[in-house]
Amino acid sequence: MAAGLRPLGIGRRWSPGAFVAAGLLALILGTLGTVAIHAGGLTALGSWDWRAVWFTLWQAALSATLSAALAIPVARALARRRFVGRRLLITLLGAPFILPVIVAVTGLISVFGRSGLVNGLLVPLGFGPVSVYGWHGVILAHVFFNLPLCVRMILHGWQAIPAERFRLAQSLDFAPADIARHLERPMLREVLPGAWLAVFLVCLTSFAVALALGGGPRATTVELAIYQAFRFDFDMGRAATLGLVQVGLCVLALLLAAGVAAPAGFGAGLDRAAPALAPPGWRRGADLAVIALAAAFLLVPILSVTLAGAPRIAELPPSVWEAAGRSIVMALISAVLALAVSLMLALSVAAGQRWTEAAGMLPLVASPLVLGTGLFLLLRGLASATQLALPVTVAINAVMALPFALRILIPAARALRHDYGRLADSLGMTGAARLRLLILPRLSRPLGFAGGLSAALAMGDLGVITLFADSRSPTLPLMLYQLMNSYRMADAAACSVLLMAISFALFWAFDRGGRLNAAA
Amino acid sequence: MRTTVLALLATTAPALAAGPEFTVYAPDYFASEWGPGPKIEAGFEAICGCDLRFVTGDVLPRILLEGDRTEADVVIGLNSDTTMRARASGLFAPHGQDVSGLTMPVEWTDDTFLPFNWSEFAFVYDDTRLENPPNSFQELLDAPDDLKLVIQDPRSAISGLGLLLWVKSVFGEDSKQAWEKLRPKVLTVTPGWSEAYGLFTDGEADMVLSYTSSPAYHIAAEDDATKHAAIFPEGHYLMVEMAAQLKDSDQPELAQAFMDYILSHDFQSMIAEANWSYPAKLPAEELPEAFAVLPRPDKTIFLPEDQAEVLRKPALEEWLQVFAR
Repeated sequence: MAAGLRPLGIGRRWSPGAFVAAGLLALILGTLGTVAIHAGGLTALGSWDWRAVWFTLWQAALSATLSAALAIPVARALARRRFVGRRLLITLLGAPFILPVIVAVTGLISVFGRSGLVNGLLVPLGFGPVSVYGWHGVILAHVFFNLPLCVRMILHGWQAIPAERFRLAQSLDFAPADIARHLERPMLREVLPGAWLAVFLVCLTSFAVALALGGGPRATTVELAIYQAFRFDFDMGRAATLGLVQVGLCVLALLLAAGVAAPAGFGAGLDRAAPALAPPGWRRGADLAVIALAAAFLLVPILSVTLAGAPRIAELPPSVWEAAGRSIVMALISAVLALAVSLMLALSVAAGQRWTEAAGMLPLVASPLVLGTGLFLLLRGLASATQLALPVTVAINAVMALPFALRILIPAARALRHDYGRLADSLGMTGAARLRLLILPRLSRPLGFAGGLSAALAMGDLGVITLFADSRSPTLPLMLYQLMNSYRMADAAACSVLLMAISFALFWAFDRGGRLNAAA
Repeated sequence: MRTTVLALLATTAPALAAGPEFTVYAPDYFASEWGPGPKIEAGFEAICGCDLRFVTGDVLPRILLEGDRTEADVVIGLNSDTTMRARASGLFAPHGQDVSGLTMPVEWTDDTFLPFNWSEFAFVYDDTRLENPPNSFQELLDAPDDLKLVIQDPRSAISGLGLLLWVKSVFGEDSKQAWEKLRPKVLTVTPGWSEAYGLFTDGEADMVLSYTSSPAYHIAAEDDATKHAAIFPEGHYLMVEMAAQLKDSDQPELAQAFMDYILSHDFQSMIAEANWSYPAKLPAEELPEAFAVLPRPDKTIFLPEDQAEVLRKPALEEWLQVFAR
């Protein structure tokens, strides 16, 4: 790299991003270490633990592959077709990813369950009932959660191909196959490994989904094994070992994905609206069918949950609304924190510090239980756990959202640096001016999307608050569990809808805000 | 931003109440708005001149993690199947109560762990969906495989562990065959009780592993008499919830007063309809109507904590082997 290519006004070795990354490493590995030290060392794993590791690995690989593969036609159809309500549909399709797990599982069961819609249609036609319980239920749930993430990431990739390239393709009279070869495949080569990796890592630490739909011990994940070690065996050493295994798997997956990804190198464009290169004929029908199927798969379960719970929302007690307000404030602070940190990290990754990317992905595989326990042990001398409950939850939620925010910001930050870095450098644009005039406007779309995801994820997360909780200040997800634990399933259903609506509203507001800025 | 941070901090500030702070660790469901916690807090604060604060979470793991540095003065919500390890920690002091007059189906002599409510595990069904429920555990095993149950994972739920010990107590040497017969009827295994019960009320399963006292909720709160616990002549495994005071509590008098309060009529008479479980010391005629009409099993099974601890690992191994195939 030439000396003139100074990264975004940031020093080469110890940028703010590098400090943040080092802090993250210390947090994840430090809490793991604390748990291990408290336990007096790591404990060897038993055969059931290894089975859990194996199941976790293959289901995550399968879930990621399916989600990424299915997302390609959906993203392509959405990228090249224009229709009324397209934007709304794209936003709505993102909904499953930000759903609290318990709500999503309820929705899936109402569609695919024993007494669900699908069986209601199949059985009268003489087809045997299909069961959603088992490893395929876990995969189904993971695809439901992660397909939207993949679609959005790949769609971003499509939209990032400069309009000039499509115009060129048009003037050269490219057939769909030529477009695929010259424009789409190079883009996919760049975007897909990241999308696959993100889903793979999400699925590595899946806990509640695997348990509710898994059907039993065949579908045991590492996160459950950690829970068992913590809850019933009081074996912190085993919990720490399992946490370490998760980190190891994450690092392996990162190396794998880094080896596959290749930059597409389209160069800079002028931000013209891309013409919708929509091949006519049967492809038109196929695209329509793909969009319709994806919309049905992703939206019917959500609609079903909404219909079940909405009528009772008005009857929810005031304490639920208070908890909702508390959760919203927490989610907003989390999102702002996550955005600030991930922007610093993304800029330093774009400047060539690859290890900061790995550090930023680590929170995805940090077991919330190990992280929470470690923090609990570390902080107990400083303040009482209940005083720390809400601040720690906010911080952890921000950290947990980082990997997603990073995956969204890194490609954009790279492109920004590649396309405008030299110009900005030659103008001597650094520091706040560079942030205000170049970085924020150019990155406002991905920043809005990342902020929306972070806020929504923080909203729905039960996370470490169960370890620190104080009954006087419950969050909304905690309220949902309290209602379920008190037999109040109907109120719980209403609470789910409220939680879902707020998560979605937060996501929409950020995402929308990002686009408004981009238009300005 | 600053005001939102302040607002957030304000929500964590303890409510202003007179007197010293008195800390009770409790499970989340217990201290929630819909559990017995708020009533107990108000009741005890009226007599203790203190500020009772519930700290929620996994009570036993947390206490073991904190050891003698714990802030807890009293813990509530311990389960009889895990008291062996709680006792071995040496963190607890005697409760100092006369337990001879308890209204429990088994004799209770423990001087450290004080029961406050109990129930037996049972499979609960809805008579509009399951017209011919099994009349015994054996009939359940012999039922057609399209009868679907939801149970809880013994590795993450205390009720799942209870089922392991129940099956072991009823079928002994033959417990593995019993699991083999039960397995095809198990629709799914959920991480906790609430997910399983939700599946049941959503109509996904015909029966759910719950408690003999569960139908009382539906009768009292929903005026719904369709939910029943299937009563098995082989007996039902007892679940006892207990409280204990910490040896190193810095408020031993308050802790003692709280233990006194647990067996008081005031506390005991509000437990049934707040925790949907039988109070540990309340004459049958004083039970709420919804409980009085519930059928009672003839036989209650209870394993002393040392036996429960000895059986736990082999029973879990057996269950895993059958269910992991």
